[in-house]
Amino acid sequence: MIWLDTLLQGLMLGGLYALFAAGLSLVFGIMRLVNLAHGDLIVLGAYLILGLGSALGLHPFLAAVLALPLMFGLGWLLQTALLNRVLGEDILPPLLVTFGLSVVIQNALLMGFSADSRKLPVGPIEAQALPLGPVTVGVMPLITFASAILVIWGLNQLFYRTALGRAFRATSDDPVTAQLMGIRPRSIFAIATGIALVVAAIAALYLGARANFDPATGPARLLYAFEAVIIGGLGSLWGTLAGGLVIGVAQALGAALNPEWQILAGHLAFVAVLLLRPRGLFPRAHD
Amino acid sequence: MMRKILLPLILLIAVALLAALPVIGSRALVQDLFMVLCLLVLALNWNLLAGFAGLVSVGQQAFVGIGAYAMFACVILWGMDPLTGLLVGGLVAMALSVPVAFFAFRLHGAYFAIGTWAVAEIARLSLGQWKALGGGTGTSLPKGAAQEMWGAETVRALIGGSKAAAVDALTYWLALALVVVMLIASFAFLRSRMGLGLQAVRDNPVAARSVGVDPTRLKALVFLLTAFGTGICGGLLFIQIGRISPDAAFSLLDWTAFVIFIVVIGGIGTLPGPVIGVLVFYALERLLADYGTVYLIVLGLIGIAIMLFARRGLWGSFIQQTGFDPLPLSHAAPRAGSAN
Repeated sequence: MIWLDTLLQGLMLGGLYALFAAGLSLVFGIMRLVNLAHGDLIVLGAYLILGLGSALGLHPFLAAVLALPLMFGLGWLLQTALLNRVLGEDILPPLLVTFGLSVVIQNALLMGFSADSRKLPVGPIEAQALPLGPVTVGVMPLITFASAILVIWGLNQLFYRTALGRAFRATSDDPVTAQLMGIRPRSIFAIATGIALVVAAIAALYLGARANFDPATGPARLLYAFEAVIIGGLGSLWGTLAGGLVIGVAQALGAALNPEWQILAGHLAFVAVLLLRPRGLFPRAHD
Repeated sequence: MMRKILLPLILLIAVALLAALPVIGSRALVQDLFMVLCLLVLALNWNLLAGFAGLVSVGQQAFVGIGAYAMFACVILWGMDPLTGLLVGGLVAMALSVPVAFFAFRLHGAYFAIGTWAVAEIARLSLGQWKALGGGTGTSLPKGAAQEMWGAETVRALIGGSKAAAVDALTYWLALALVVVMLIASFAFLRSRMGLGLQAVRDNPVAARSVGVDPTRLKALVFLLTAFGTGICGGLLFIQIGRISPDAAFSLLDWTAFVIFIVVIGGIGTLPGPVIGVLVFYALERLLADYGTVYLIVLGLIGIAIMLFARRGLWGSFIQQTGFDPLPLSHAAPRAGSAN
């Protein structure tokens, strides 16, 4: 029974990691951009939700709804003003620019909010649990997990059922031909990064509701998210969910054996999967 | 003329001045410059990897930490001299870079960066389990181990002062020697057949392969050699620091992020770039020493600005503007008619 419980905890945790990774996966799949600042942008989102909530006296869930359009705007601006300028054959410039951005965001947050750890006050729901057959699950982890599935499903619908999604896929597969069809890759990219940051804001809500966060929380989360994306395979959103679950379950199993092994087990699972399948579990596009 | 005589002369004078520093300068300055020289060694190594071999690693702190931990293990567990430990640290780092390369070389471009980062985290968390070396909280070098290391007595006799000052001077000289060796070795390597092949692969992989250059072999060689250099530098850093912990030895910020900024600001893919970068870095650090976070923000913004407006960094832009390259890595074209 304890193993079933561990497995379930791992899946719930994996849902959170999949949320961290979904925005990253979208951007990576469409424009091959590795955004090293994604983790810090999620933390920025958490502070935004916290700030909006306390300034307007709103519950974090409502504050998060307000934060969504703001984060979309931020993503659009970021891509238009900065990232579009460095995209190209050479992977180094975008890598270094987002790396610089990560350092800037982290330290700006440190200046603005100090190193004290914060938490989003979601109220009594935090402590509630549901009996689920032989095991019990917290309500918040369950909502997180459901949100992860919903977000991935929504992004997939967007990707495969709408004109915008067609433009995303076309630009990803062959930007030159896409341009001949009247698609402007740069504005497509700006919208994609906007959407990625909307997903980041959702991830930020659950990050802040689940555990404490501080300005330095970003990079570690970013690494889990990247591992999820790479395990899943380039351009596959369901693959990213699977990747998140692999990391989450590995961490939960590791922690059950020895609390000190939690994080290590996740990284080892990442290496093991890549040794067997260097392109991830479900690669959609060729890199 | 200028290139043949003046430049080596200037470099020689600079090295001589730096070497004289422990005799004429203050101890604080020696410690400061020790850090600068070590960062320069790391930067020269990272530049070889990312700037010449196209291997953008975000996990070089793995080899700093491994070198440092191996040195500590040699001193604490096996009672060896720290300087022997240094060499062992470099060799262990190089040996471990083989399985790392086996894993990471299956990944390309950005995947490689993330893969190396994950490897560094695995190394940090694994060594945190080594209870004999203090586990997650770390441990210190035994009292006197550094002060009794090989050469420390001689140095003390030479410059006078306390035992601790002699250790500072010795580690400083070793760092300076490491920089000089790295610079000369990089220059020789990059102008050699293999180095030219490496740059050819960077500039046009298909054309390079068509003339018989094996990119994977060359890149693996660079990965191994830079792991050695980085490992030795890691050991040296922690002889001077005297205390080790997983978080300090495998710090992404200290041993990789700063190093990346140094290389990018100075000029990635140029040999003098890291030297220029480390000077700018040190100047900024002194200037903004009282504002810790502002300093990092400024560093990040400069890095972004360089990537937007001057991709080859300060040195690369200088060469482009003036057309004068005192340290050319390419060979002059053979004179017409001299072939026959």
